[in-house]
Amino acid sequence: MIAIIDYNAGNLTSVKRAVTYLGFQCIVTNDVREITKAERIIFPGVGAAGSAMDSLKRLSLDSAIKDVFAVGKPILGICLGTQIILSHSEEGDTPCLGLVNGYVRNFPNKIKSEDGNLLKIPHMGWNSINIKSKHPVLSGIREDDEFYFVHGFYPDPDDSKYIIGTTDYGMSFASIIGFKNIIATQFHTEKSGKPGLALLKNFCKWEP
Amino acid sequence: MLSKRIIPCLDVREGKTTKGIKFKNNIDIGDPVEMAHFYYEAGADEIVFYDITASHEKRDIMIEVVKHVAKTIFIPFSVGGGIRTVDDMRKTLLAGAEKVSVNTAAVKNPEIISKGAKAFGSQCIVLGMDVKYVGERENIPSGYEIVINGGRTYMGIDALEWAIKAQELGAGEICLNSIDSDGTKNGYELKLTSLISKNVNIPVIASGGAGKPEHLYDVLTKGKADAALIASMVHYGTYTISEIKKYIDSRGVKVRKTW
Repeated sequence: MIAIIDYNAGNLTSVKRAVTYLGFQCIVTNDVREITKAERIIFPGVGAAGSAMDSLKRLSLDSAIKDVFAVGKPILGICLGTQIILSHSEEGDTPCLGLVNGYVRNFPNKIKSEDGNLLKIPHMGWNSINIKSKHPVLSGIREDDEFYFVHGFYPDPDDSKYIIGTTDYGMSFASIIGFKNIIATQFHTEKSGKPGLALLKNFCKWEP
Repeated sequence: MLSKRIIPCLDVREGKTTKGIKFKNNIDIGDPVEMAHFYYEAGADEIVFYDITASHEKRDIMIEVVKHVAKTIFIPFSVGGGIRTVDDMRKTLLAGAEKVSVNTAAVKNPEIISKGAKAFGSQCIVLGMDVKYVGERENIPSGYEIVINGGRTYMGIDALEWAIKAQELGAGEICLNSIDSDGTKNGYELKLTSLISKNVNIPVIASGGAGKPEHLYDVLTKGKADAALIASMVHYGTYTISEIKKYIDSRGVKVRKTW
């Protein structure tokens, strides 16, 4: 069973639908027991870091996630979930879970594309990834595959060896982070067509 | 680098698309779920549904459509038409839409934008704007006026001012439809699109007037649009999404090429 963590951070039904479509069993839950019992967990989310951390603490999910991480079960972070696994977010100056050392940073003001156009924030739409190191969850994923992003802040792990993939948006940022039993994507893999489903399927079978 | 998005738009009335896709082999599909799946497989970057069901009692049919679509396609899609309250938004998003779009309801009650953005996040709130060129005048300094009822009712609101206000209220994206070019197949309204796009910091989807791939290229470059809405040029099989993308790519604009 895969537990999709529900912490009042956006609509989680799309993750559930994608996992179900792929033929895996999952539940959307905020029950600590269910989460600890699950074989693997997906940690999605959209919204602001501060209110998300508040909800996690209120529901005691922060320690549940840390426990799951410590016992080595596979964890997939998606979007806000990927940011919150780091130590600290510039969004509302929020201390986060700290499973991976690093910061969540605001895109610089007035970043520009290569042709000099001002880029819009949030970074929203389809973008490609540059694969920095091999990872089983990326099996079959090609560099020209694109993924769907919606975010105004980006993850920045301290140690670059945990950066599995980067994406360019006026600058290069970590769009896939891999550390021990965590794999985390800044993009919405559940909304990224076939490459996204392939990644999700790889995760559902991953034995770190 | 971010890709420019190509977005087919499907008009739905009481659960059926009003214009089926006419393929080259003349098979007609009137089911929005099948059409959405067809475009998903064909390389659409996103899909827009516009519910034109007149009767409010029959609006739940659209929610059922959304639920079915969400089970079969795994790209973002938005739903507009008839969304008047935060509760309408909630129902549609929970059914599986990524975004909801408000147009007339927002003109009449701009607060729906801020309430929706607060409840669900700006990224799900699209402002639909129907715009007509009326010439520059005192209350319409840009020369472009907001209209409703398919262009029959002038609202006395300047389109540029409205776009900026909607962004401040928390809209995450603008779907900008030019009533003047809608249905002409002579190309998008480039001047309007670039005017709005340059003056807001949220993405702009251009709508109205697409007839050939060159029109999309123009609006994504000169028009500074982030995405282009298409309807009849793909519904009737004149072009495939793949052909349109190949053309745009050949002229050096980044589009998503694998799916």
